[in-house]
Amino acid sequence: MWSFENISHSIDTWLYNTFSPTTAMLIEFLIIAICIIGLFSVLGLVLIMMERKVSAWMQVRLGPNRVGPGGMFQTVADTLKLIVKEGMTPNNVDRFLFNLAPFIVMIVSMVVLAPLMFAKNFQIWDINIGILFITAVSSVSVIGILMAGWASNNKYSLLGAMRSGAQIVSYELSAGLSILAIVVLTGSLKISDIINSQENGWWIFKGHIPAIIAFVIFIIAVTAETNRAPFDLAEAESELTAGFHTEYSGMKFALFFLAEYVNVFIVCAVGATLFLGGWMPLHFGTGNKFNEVMDYIPSSIWFFGKTFFLIFVIMWFRWTFPRLRIDQLLNLEWKYLLPISMFNLLLVTVIAILKWHF
Amino acid sequence: MRRNKKSHLYRETQIVETHSADVEGDLVINVGPQHPATHGVLHLVITINGETIKKVDPHLGYIHRSIEKMCESLSYRQFIYVTSRMDYLSSHINNHGCALCVEKGLQIQVPPRAQVIRVLMDELTRLASHQLWWGAMTMDVGALTPFFHAFREREMINDIMEETCGARLTMNYMVPGGVMADIHPNFQRKVKEFITHFKTKIGEYDELVTGNVIFQNRMKGVGYISKEDAISYGMTGPSARGSAVQCDIRKLYPYEVYDKVQFDEILETDGDSFARYMVRMKEMHQSLSIIEQLIDNIPDGDFQAKTKAVLKLPKGEFYSRIETARGEFGVYIVSEGGTTPYRIKFRSPGFSNLSALDHMARGGKIGDLVAMMGTLDLVIPDIDR
Repeated sequence: MWSFENISHSIDTWLYNTFSPTTAMLIEFLIIAICIIGLFSVLGLVLIMMERKVSAWMQVRLGPNRVGPGGMFQTVADTLKLIVKEGMTPNNVDRFLFNLAPFIVMIVSMVVLAPLMFAKNFQIWDINIGILFITAVSSVSVIGILMAGWASNNKYSLLGAMRSGAQIVSYELSAGLSILAIVVLTGSLKISDIINSQENGWWIFKGHIPAIIAFVIFIIAVTAETNRAPFDLAEAESELTAGFHTEYSGMKFALFFLAEYVNVFIVCAVGATLFLGGWMPLHFGTGNKFNEVMDYIPSSIWFFGKTFFLIFVIMWFRWTFPRLRIDQLLNLEWKYLLPISMFNLLLVTVIAILKWHF
Repeated sequence: MRRNKKSHLYRETQIVETHSADVEGDLVINVGPQHPATHGVLHLVITINGETIKKVDPHLGYIHRSIEKMCESLSYRQFIYVTSRMDYLSSHINNHGCALCVEKGLQIQVPPRAQVIRVLMDELTRLASHQLWWGAMTMDVGALTPFFHAFREREMINDIMEETCGARLTMNYMVPGGVMADIHPNFQRKVKEFITHFKTKIGEYDELVTGNVIFQNRMKGVGYISKEDAISYGMTGPSARGSAVQCDIRKLYPYEVYDKVQFDEILETDGDSFARYMVRMKEMHQSLSIIEQLIDNIPDGDFQAKTKAVLKLPKGEFYSRIETARGEFGVYIVSEGGTTPYRIKFRSPGFSNLSALDHMARGGKIGDLVAMMGTLDLVIPDIDR
């Protein structure tokens, strides 16, 4: 029920029956590429709109309300404006790196979308090292940011990029360790396996307190990894004007901006997949009436519902907390989060070996 | 800087590097004059090593309008209105200080009704200024939401001002001998409404920001200045009271009815950014209490003393001081006996408070510098004049 499997399978069968295998594969690649680019831009637009509405709601104001019904097309209008804007390159910058940087950041966040499972049997690439692939590829984006900061020939950009480098590299550790906690419980890196293992309950419920600790650390760490407040030191508009993308304008700036929001979506989707069961409906135990009722809600709604809930939480952070200082930021990671998550991982391992989890 | 061949096509931006980096690894950055943290056109040349600040050198003059010189060609009634444009967040109090000086020279007795109205307006202005400071300072440390919450309350004060004074920012309400017009019939009711509203919201301010652990970590122990240093830099106002300097002009040299109302001079002993923050937060409560004491006790009578149409100060020098939201504001008038002052000098609180920034910021981080500038509550037109 409610599965995309039939549609994708019929397209696949038709393509392979009509064309030669090579052509069919190329056409499939093309379709996927178009889907990903479409998803990338739609996600960016929706999330920017969401951020503006959430912030307006928290800040006792209305937010965008002029373009389209309820201001829904404001971000579309903004993006159109940015596209037609002159793609300016400042004087005395390293032109090649300057122009390359936004594309690296964008491509990284596009590639990371591949192993994510958006609904039941709706996935681009069910690679057997899925979660490792996500962490590995997403860490490449720091190169794009460092490149942007270095090439801009601007001291603010350089400082922002340095901060960003220090921050992302450190927080990846505790994000990775809390991901490992679930991998240990599941015994697999494959996204579909991780989701299927949560059929009789999500890991955050099944994994006792260590899973909850891992979840909290994961949310803190990914907030830092995506450079969002209260860890937005790389941009820190009151200190470094705009940090690493100070010198960017037009569509090159928009690519950074869209990539930031798509990254937020990705980390929230990973969090939802690992801790909240991905597309898996809310199940308790096996084979009771409650589970059957929950199964009637489409899996895509479960996935996007959980993801957008986490996104809302991260936006909530941004509009509530002040920013940390750079030394406090690094202290938090190296003195608190990393030891806690290492110890937590040991606990989880013990739980997994003794099969204490449900 | 080496130029490539194409660069003559562009107009190169001249970067003012007043200090070349002496030590290897130091970096000189121009913060401002166009920078989101400087709240105006302040230009700081900072020398940093990594993230640590080694030197802060403020450059002034980007919004210098030669107000003191301008005042020399304006009459004693007119020059008061120019001072609204100096510290625009406490324009009432600036006007008040100038009016006091002229009254001192002419020995005008201000009617009791005007005195109470003046104090009420001063305290409302102080509240509005502290609210805006709170919003802007929290924005400096990275929390964007409080700004809008602060403006919600400030808007109510602006509405009150609009009804009585006819303006929302540069009120020009104080004149030599009293106030320009009587208070609006709605004034008392609206002020009471505001007090009840604000009393419920000020707890929200503390919940949202003061108690926040990130905020406390950002503020505590940074930007330290000792009592002796604060005095030697000439700091005044809440910034100095954060270092336990007793400098409230309302207590030390009471003017109008300040000696008849009950209020405390807030002193904090820590001398760091958080102490300066707490002084202002507590001062809001004190201002509220002053307004509460006076709002039902406005005496009847004239709102303005009878003065001559053309004011002529006797030959001599006159000085008056007043406590603005930022500190001590002094007005020094030299008169030759004519209708215009021979020379006017304003002592603005922001200027001397800014001079202590270098002392505080050395050894801190870039984020600290921004937070310190927030707690000093700088208004750049007040510094440059």
